Amino acid sequence: MGFFLQRQKKVKSATTKRDVNEGIYTKCESCKEVLPVRELSSNLEVCSNCGYHYRMSATKRLNSLVDMGSFKEINARLVSLNPLKFPGYEQKIEGLMEVNQMNEAVMTGIAKIDGQTVAIGIMDSYFMMGSMGSVVGEKVTRLIEVATSRKLPLVLICASGGARMQEGIYSLMQMAKTSAAIAKHHQAGLLYISVLTQPTMGGVTASFATLGDILIAEKGAAIGFAGRRVIEQTLKQSLPDHFQTAEFLQEKGLIDLVVSRHRLKQMISQLIALHEGSER
Amino acid sequence: MGILDIETKIAEIEARLDEISIENHAEVEELQQQLRLYKTRAYEHLSAWDHVTLARHPKRPKARDYIDYIFDSFIELHGDRLYADDEAIIGGIAKLGNKVITVIAHQKGNTTAENIKCNFGMPHPEGYRKVLRLMKQAEKFNRPVITFIDTPGAYPGAEAEERGQGHAIAQCLKEMSSLKVPTLSIVIGEGGSGGALALGVSDQIWMLQYAIYSILSPEGFASILYKDGSRAKEAAEVMKLTAQDYLEMGMIEKVIKEPVGGAHQFPQYVFDQLKTDLEDYLSQVKKVSTKQLLAKRYRKYRSIGKYDYNHR
Repeated sequence: MGFFLQRQKKVKSATTKRDVNEGIYTKCESCKEVLPVRELSSNLEVCSNCGYHYRMSATKRLNSLVDMGSFKEINARLVSLNPLKFPGYEQKIEGLMEVNQMNEAVMTGIAKIDGQTVAIGIMDSYFMMGSMGSVVGEKVTRLIEVATSRKLPLVLICASGGARMQEGIYSLMQMAKTSAAIAKHHQAGLLYISVLTQPTMGGVTASFATLGDILIAEKGAAIGFAGRRVIEQTLKQSLPDHFQTAEFLQEKGLIDLVVSRHRLKQMISQLIALHEGSER
Repeated sequence: MGILDIETKIAEIEARLDEISIENHAEVEELQQQLRLYKTRAYEHLSAWDHVTLARHPKRPKARDYIDYIFDSFIELHGDRLYADDEAIIGGIAKLGNKVITVIAHQKGNTTAENIKCNFGMPHPEGYRKVLRLMKQAEKFNRPVITFIDTPGAYPGAEAEERGQGHAIAQCLKEMSSLKVPTLSIVIGEGGSGGALALGVSDQIWMLQYAIYSILSPEGFASILYKDGSRAKEAAEVMKLTAQDYLEMGMIEKVIKEPVGGAHQFPQYVFDQLKTDLEDYLSQVKKVSTKQLLAKRYRKYRSIGKYDYNHR
């Protein structure tokens, strides 16, 4: 787990958040078409030519999914410590806090989607590849607990390279912690929709991300447990391009549906409506 | 001097002692002196890497050795009812005294042939689905579950991915966290990553003195964080992966003492100790209600994590 995603050729993206925001034009990493940056941004970071889905920051994702002004963030102030005293870890976190304007790799809160109240958590792959350490585990767990006690549907938008190495066993144990909280939400008969986005790997895949009642994957997203590079090293052969993509997972029966980013809000909204009053 | 060098040295001295005549008092005396020194002092201050080496020692007792020695009438149950029987996981029903339990374990082999059969203790999804099946069976018949953890990790292969490795592990974590029977996990060798944790969301976790538990192998950790897998020794020191570390962090309940040089030097010493401890555990746990058990288990994992509040 936690093998930070070795992106395959097709979904390769050298574009950082900054590149996309600051230039006027950008070349699509997938089809090489030259696109106005503003167009890419207004098109939910999806290439209008080939439909390639870029990674999306938590803030942009939030705006694309919830009713305007409805989001009330919780536990925003939680910040990481350095339990293993790993050299340079604090500095790395501080730098990322500055650049990303958030304290950790997940944003959690209560919001409305087409007027329906949900507990929502959105991971940000720009924050240390969305890796799960103590804070991500704690925020996700607290969100699930709020959803359980307030009898709310839970929506988690996953984007993570896996468990965060720098916090060692503390990160690993977040898998148990979040899964235990999901079990309680599940026992209460509440709906959990998990959305797997680029990338969802390692310890996040092997815990809350795949425990949803409904698993939705975003088009083209890389989803898996072991990293592609690790598997290739084990097998000593290269893997097909579409291995570990959303479409591949659907073909193997591992997820419910693949949707494009433009249809995501509508799909989540519809599913929540269909489960209204289902809680025990 | 690494732990394996010490083992070699001890073997050499012992061989020499066998060779020479006991009449040769001076040399016998000298060799015995050396032997004592190696056997005690050399094992006193072990590095984290020495623990890794001992945890992976090819002669270290494997789960089946523990099961055969400690329990009576073990009946092994096979398969996940979905795809295959994964030999990296063994499980079934056993008795300890008059108590019936379900035992589930990672199995490593003692020989290369055995290791190939059980995939070096690295389960595929069908292995984890067998775990799940046996745990639910234990719950139905109200049997405590005892697991033995010893794996480098879940198998990182293409087929494992295709059959949902992540999903299979996640299901184990979720179900184990809420299983309505007492659960205990004993890390006997390597506790590697999510593949180990899938058998380890228990009321209590015990570790053998030289067993290790980690987010990833030290080699994997080094290759990710130092971009150099050969710096595994250094990584092992940073990772805090020994039983003593976990006892101090409050993540485990008990450390099972091993004989000088590790469990493989005198397996029976470990088996006997464990058997006694398990008997005590099983008679005590009977007195706890399921509700209390589940609440305590939830709190145990709920409280793990180190964080602060940003006051800026």
